[in-house]
Amino acid sequence: MSSASPVSKNSEQPLVQVRGLKKHFPVNEGAVISRTVGHVKAVDGVSFDIMKGETLGLVGESGCGKTTTGRCILMLEQLTEGQILFDGVDLATLDQKGRIALRRDIQVIFQDPYSSLNPRMKIGQIIAEPMRVHGIEPDPNRRAARVVELLSVCGLNPKFADRYPHEMSGGQRQRVGIARALSLNPQFIVCDEPVSALDVSIQAQVINLMEDLRNEFDLTFLFVAHDLSVVRHLCHRVAVMYLGKLVEIAECDELFDNPQHPYTKALLAAVPIPDPEIEKNREHSVMKGEIPSPMNPPSGCVFHPRCPVAVESCSTGLPELREIGPGHLVACTEV
Amino acid sequence: MATLLQVKDLQTQFFTSAGTVKAVDGISYSVEEGETVAIVGESGCGKSVGALSLLRLIPDPPGRIVGGRILFQGTDLLTLPDEEMRNVRGRDIAMVFQEPMTSLNPVLTIGRQLTETLVHHRSMNARQAQARAVELLDMVGISDPERRLLQYPHHFSGGMRQRVMIAMALSCEPKLIIADEPTTALDVTIQAQILELMKDLTKRLGVALIVITHNLGVVARYADRVNVMYAGKIIERGLAAEIYRNPSHPYTLGLLASVPRLDQRRGERLVPIEGQPPDLTLLDDGCAFRPRCRFAVDRCNHATPVLETVGEAHLSACWEHANLQRSAETVS
Repeated sequence: MSSASPVSKNSEQPLVQVRGLKKHFPVNEGAVISRTVGHVKAVDGVSFDIMKGETLGLVGESGCGKTTTGRCILMLEQLTEGQILFDGVDLATLDQKGRIALRRDIQVIFQDPYSSLNPRMKIGQIIAEPMRVHGIEPDPNRRAARVVELLSVCGLNPKFADRYPHEMSGGQRQRVGIARALSLNPQFIVCDEPVSALDVSIQAQVINLMEDLRNEFDLTFLFVAHDLSVVRHLCHRVAVMYLGKLVEIAECDELFDNPQHPYTKALLAAVPIPDPEIEKNREHSVMKGEIPSPMNPPSGCVFHPRCPVAVESCSTGLPELREIGPGHLVACTEV
Repeated sequence: MATLLQVKDLQTQFFTSAGTVKAVDGISYSVEEGETVAIVGESGCGKSVGALSLLRLIPDPPGRIVGGRILFQGTDLLTLPDEEMRNVRGRDIAMVFQEPMTSLNPVLTIGRQLTETLVHHRSMNARQAQARAVELLDMVGISDPERRLLQYPHHFSGGMRQRVMIAMALSCEPKLIIADEPTTALDVTIQAQILELMKDLTKRLGVALIVITHNLGVVARYADRVNVMYAGKIIERGLAAEIYRNPSHPYTLGLLASVPRLDQRRGERLVPIEGQPPDLTLLDDGCAFRPRCRFAVDRCNHATPVLETVGEAHLSACWEHANLQRSAETVS
């Protein structure tokens, strides 16, 4: 690993270590004789650590690879290159049995509370299913008791166990998704846009619930989101992705108060603040252009075609992440 | 400035097997020429139905506008014959929808869709319409417009499609554009591009804009005046700056306390509005917000509050509005 990799200086071993992660999806053409005509470089060389008890925010716009990164950690994708270590164990070295065992510790909360719950199962069955699959609480009565406990932990009436998903609102369904993720007492949860489908007043309820659970069960989160205000509220550290690459990573307040990468700056400037007095005095410079295709990313720094401070060398040299302050890494030569 | 649009006691209901849904329950507001008015609320509060009602685009059955008046430049749109209403749509009042992926016809070229309104409303011939379409695409920042006109919607990204929608809305130089969640489906940097474009063009061309959104940040950045809706009613109205500085309805107060803010340091706890929005088929005589309201008193159970003046050009529909600020201080 280069010295500039965002490995923490803490002597404690991180819970999750991602090293040079690459995930390229082949693009096939031809209906009969299929051949690969290119690759979508969804994630292209990403490294970061997540410490125990920490919430790392992974932000970026659609197509930047943040969800794919989460899916790789969840062992839902085959890595093209790189390593993911959980509690010091390389996920690639695990056999089938080891993987299944590890899935108890790594859980997920999905974005869409409508499509992530099976409409034909009752809420109680949905929450009990992971326990049944993993053989925890084999006794049905004790399992039912655990379901009731999980429902009340997540702020739902225990009577909901007998209901179907369609009888519940979006916020309630998302609580069910959280209860299901907690059912195996995981150490680590990948939260993929967990509140973006919810209305603001309900969103705040779910955010507070997640904060409470994190403290109560000492959970570690990877929080994948595009809503920067929510990320600022919830995360300890934040990593910004653009077109499959990590462009900046820092402590949460440091990143928001002192962004260094031109993309991070543009991203923050684009988010409106709900206060007309502040908005009146903010500069509304708009970033030009759109995100290029990840099939054919620009040469050099992937951000240079849209970058306001790009110089000629940006189109050739690939900027490495380098440390510009304690724990604050930026991949830009012009900072 | 003259008043362009006056909505008076508009009521739109849906007649379903589960009962009558009062989606819009007697809303009144006005839009001045050239100003930007926001209608804010959460899903199901009636903000989109209210906007569709303005253009009489409510599917009937199951829905129907059952009462009220919509005065556009003095004419009541609800009494117009269908044929004349068709001339208002697109020519005088245009609409930008939320979903740029579904609001364009996938089997027609962009050029065909853009020139259609021009040929229909402006009686242009094909060549004139083509020239105007090129001009419009250029205006909304789409490069190489001649070539782009021959392409289909799937050749365009979400942000580009929304630019096309805006070009279409502007094509007949309308007096009013209704934008229903115009940027909700877009990424944040693209959202900023589209909103700046809309603000810039509406200012330059003197078009009034009704923005329907749930995003309080967007409202703060772009709106002159704000109407807050809850359960089919407008519950607070005022100048944007005034609403944010001095919210006078418990729901507005709650919304502002529940959004995480980009300029707020970590660790400050959000104050959510407890409970769920009400079922619109089961509304009674009392205030629809009272089950979630921490200021509710006995009177709220029996009588629906009406909009009352609480400050300069600032109205709130709450019996307890005078006590809100004081109670909020004691709570915190």
